[in-house]
Amino acid sequence: MQVQQRQMRQSPLLTSIVSVILGMLVGAVMMLVAGYNPIQAYIALFTSAFLMPYDIGETIRTITPLILTGLSVGLAFRTGLFNIGVEGQFIIGQLMSVIVALKLDLPPVVHVIVAVIAGAVGGALWAFLPGFLKATRGVHEVITTIMLNFIALYLANTLVRNWLSAGSDSTEKIPESASLRWDVLSSLFGNARIHLGLFLALAAAFVMYYLLWRTTWGFELRSVGFNPQASEYAGMSVKKNLVMSMMISGCFAGLGGATELLGTAEYLSIHGSHTGIGFDGIAVALLGANSPVGILLAASLFGILTYGGSVMQFEASVPYEVIRIVFAAIIFFVAANIVRWAGTKFRKKAVTKDA
Amino acid sequence: MLDVLTNVLQTTVLYATPLILTAIGGLYSERSGVVNIGLEGLMTIGAFTAAVVTLATHSPWVGLLAAVAAGVLMALPHAIASVTFRADQVVSGVAINFLALGVSVYLVKAMYDGAAQTPSVPETLKRLPIPGLDQIPVIGPALFNAFPTTYLAVIVVFLSYYILYKTPFGMRLRAVGEHPRAAETMGVNVFRMRYVAVLISGALASAGGAGLSIAIGSEFNETTVAGHGFISLAALIFGKWHPFGAFGAATFFGFAVSLALIGQIFGLTAYVPSEVLNMLPYILTILALAGFVGRAEAPAAIGKPYETGGR
Repeated sequence: MQVQQRQMRQSPLLTSIVSVILGMLVGAVMMLVAGYNPIQAYIALFTSAFLMPYDIGETIRTITPLILTGLSVGLAFRTGLFNIGVEGQFIIGQLMSVIVALKLDLPPVVHVIVAVIAGAVGGALWAFLPGFLKATRGVHEVITTIMLNFIALYLANTLVRNWLSAGSDSTEKIPESASLRWDVLSSLFGNARIHLGLFLALAAAFVMYYLLWRTTWGFELRSVGFNPQASEYAGMSVKKNLVMSMMISGCFAGLGGATELLGTAEYLSIHGSHTGIGFDGIAVALLGANSPVGILLAASLFGILTYGGSVMQFEASVPYEVIRIVFAAIIFFVAANIVRWAGTKFRKKAVTKDA
Repeated sequence: MLDVLTNVLQTTVLYATPLILTAIGGLYSERSGVVNIGLEGLMTIGAFTAAVVTLATHSPWVGLLAAVAAGVLMALPHAIASVTFRADQVVSGVAINFLALGVSVYLVKAMYDGAAQTPSVPETLKRLPIPGLDQIPVIGPALFNAFPTTYLAVIVVFLSYYILYKTPFGMRLRAVGEHPRAAETMGVNVFRMRYVAVLISGALASAGGAGLSIAIGSEFNETTVAGHGFISLAALIFGKWHPFGAFGAATFFGFAVSLALIGQIFGLTAYVPSEVLNMLPYILTILALAGFVGRAEAPAAIGKPYETGGR
């Protein structure tokens, strides 16, 4: 009986591993359909992500923002919220940090610190509105955050065109005093765009773990998400905690935008559509089962696939978009909880056999 | 001045058409209790299929039909995940958006030697004047010399109102979205209704997407759809999940989009940046949800997976 119960409890790790394997199989089928050799393509993908120090640096650079957007979505999920607005909070993070980088004249180290903080605060404030509307007027955060993604996109575009540049499509490069790049680190990786944002991302993962599982406040945040009525009865403020959860989630997303801007791009340009990094965060959080360690692993996998995929397109001429198909398939398999489903089918069969 | 008015009206009709079709598509799905964030992806697969099939068969009508079929096919995983597997419907919708864009751009690159867009489609749908009516000054050229998809969209709106509010099928579909347990007690197959509803939403959203690639534009690339699916979702909500509401909202949002596009012709963008006009649909929808512009109330059972025999 005990053994059976233990089997019933599904392992998130197993779900994730099976989903990744199935997802890559779907990708392989797509490659076969279009006449590419999937084995060659996958080998090219994984080797090219680690081929030279430069590639390793660029892979880590790709992983960095995915960790932060993944944490953002994951923390929201853990506190009962679906923050689909990570994309918008990410854009606001980029916008705030580029404003500080270009418009304020500060000494070297101070400048970058203020710019990073501005991005994180911007993300948190952008997430405040959906949290507030949910707490006070019961508006579902999924819809408001989708709408705010587009408002953020157009806001950034109009400010880049009309204020941050003289009518052009992108801002100037940020001054060195506001950059997150560090020569020592870059030179280790063949001048790749790897930057100090990595350490901020790792620190954020630790903050999420410590806050949610090692503090009373974090317990409240999770409790309010898990069962609002019981939490209210136990004397916790559901509304306050809900808004705070949303803002912390937005803070991670804003931090992601800030580090990506100050470390990787170093300027902000007008976008016709979203960056996609925020939406990728949803995939990362799901695959990582919303735990900080899981998110680090999932972000690494998605980062390797993303960077390796772009090299694969260049070298094996397999279109990069096959990686997006793999991502989509992985999301489906995790969401449909294919392992639990297969488990129940199998058990049902076993039971009928016994009878 | 009248020329400007005709121009604005014409562009509004042009851009409202895909939004109307897609919003009505979303209406079926959401009224049956299945959230459809995947409208963007369904439009994408429609735009892609219409362009590619029209290029191959030289007939935009075959292209449109193929798009409808592809939309049904693309909506199927959403139905399977959210109805049969009881997955989170928002997550499944997000996956549809990933999948549709991935598949479309991947196949375009695979088919056209790595090109990021399809070749230009020469045989797009052509404007279809309604004799007599198109001679009416100002509104005639805009409303009665439109693309066939526009007339289709208007027919779909009225037909959908009739189906959803005047037929047993529509009553059942709405019942399943409001109170599935009660509906099942009355003998309605909740799972089947939701499957049908999600597949209809795929067909209509995909037809809307086709309008972007073989009527308004004449090619497909990664940015052909760029947000139109989400504006349609906004129109559905701003229109309070009602066919005529969604129709009105989609038309109004089409107006906002057209002002953003042609605003500089008559100097509007000198006062209001086009980006602000682009934001308008989203801002209004948030205000509507918050109850400042009439309360938008979602179907009661929306987003909740259904389990036979549960409580």
